[in-house]
Amino acid sequence: MNVKKQFWEGLITQNPVLVQLLGMCPMLAITTSMFNGIGMGLAVLVILTCCNVVISLLRKVIPNKVRIACYVVVIATFVTIVDLVIKAYVPALSSSLGLFIPLIVVNCIILGRAEGFAAKNSVPAAALDGIFQGIGNMVALIIMSVIRELLGAGTFGGGVFGPEGFGFGTAAGFQVIPANFAALGMILPVGGFLTLGFIIAGFQYILNKPKKKEVAKG
Amino acid sequence: MNQIGELLGIALGAILVNNFILSQFLGICPFMGVSKKVETALGMGMAVIFVMGVASAVNYPINKFLLMPNDLGFMQTVTYILVIASLVQFVEMFLQKAVPSLYEALGVYLPLITTNCAVLGVVLQNTQKDYNFIFSVTYGVTGGIGFLLAIVLFASIRERMEFAVTPKSFEGFPIALVAASLLSLAFMGFSGLKIW
Repeated sequence: MNVKKQFWEGLITQNPVLVQLLGMCPMLAITTSMFNGIGMGLAVLVILTCCNVVISLLRKVIPNKVRIACYVVVIATFVTIVDLVIKAYVPALSSSLGLFIPLIVVNCIILGRAEGFAAKNSVPAAALDGIFQGIGNMVALIIMSVIRELLGAGTFGGGVFGPEGFGFGTAAGFQVIPANFAALGMILPVGGFLTLGFIIAGFQYILNKPKKKEVAKG
Repeated sequence: MNQIGELLGIALGAILVNNFILSQFLGICPFMGVSKKVETALGMGMAVIFVMGVASAVNYPINKFLLMPNDLGFMQTVTYILVIASLVQFVEMFLQKAVPSLYEALGVYLPLITTNCAVLGVVLQNTQKDYNFIFSVTYGVTGGIGFLLAIVLFASIRERMEFAVTPKSFEGFPIALVAASLLSLAFMGFSGLKIW
């Protein structure tokens, strides 16, 4: 078990979103404010870690032929738990993410890591993998939502902090660009596709290995 | 008459205004993964129309007569995804026996429909919006048609784009995303459409 290697893989070289191109839907849909990005990132992090642990524990029990169905049941259970917890304690997040919390069930990152990593590795390694891949996903979500929020609404840190201090779900964020100059399109679907395209291009440029992964899985 | 107008509204909304891919961001994975050739995109779109329609039809009675009376609303996500997974499996077996040519053409993409957010999304939305049976099925089928429209359009754009010269770091996936954003911009033009 190589903690350092796993960490860099999760964060950079095998980043679930920017390199493996998994889990595009929430990445594009909910990244309109920093609050959404962090909330979604944390939810996926928790679910991914729990699912990895449980699937790794059960990896010798689950018959090979029905494994996908078993994984889906485990994932759906944890998603339901997280969904109910968010509804009870952070209703603001629940209403701004809406449909995309139950839809974590079909997020390719979780099924992809279950099939590709947890099913073949020991419990501690699977737990670490869940944490690091989850962090990689969260970082990507936060980068994306900060850029889109800044260009689309002209604010920074919306829903997390603002001139009046911290306030989860309520703070307006610092107005960096005057609201009149903000490009509303960046908050709309158009901006989602465009920003992700540029972020992945930038990432490929930095990693200096263009044209390696161009087909999205799942 | 009122009902028909409402149905038309749902249909038009699902195909153009609130297109599942381009304005709701549901089903991006197959949209990006299966859009390299028009033919496979067409096959995928057809399969999604079918699965979305049947999933809406099957999940409506399950929610209405099994989950709701027993106060099991919190089991919705688990139940729906299980129903969809078995449905896709069933469709796969049926196509293999009945229409082997289509089965061959769809290949690996068929089982992947299970993890298509659009399918689970349409079922969850039906519950959320409290649609009745006919409305649910209409929303499912027209949502699938909207998916087909978007993925076929995008596949034709991508086929042309193969020949375009792009900066090295934009090759492949990023430039496809930029093209998708332009397509989404075009679909935004429909948002003024209001006949209902």
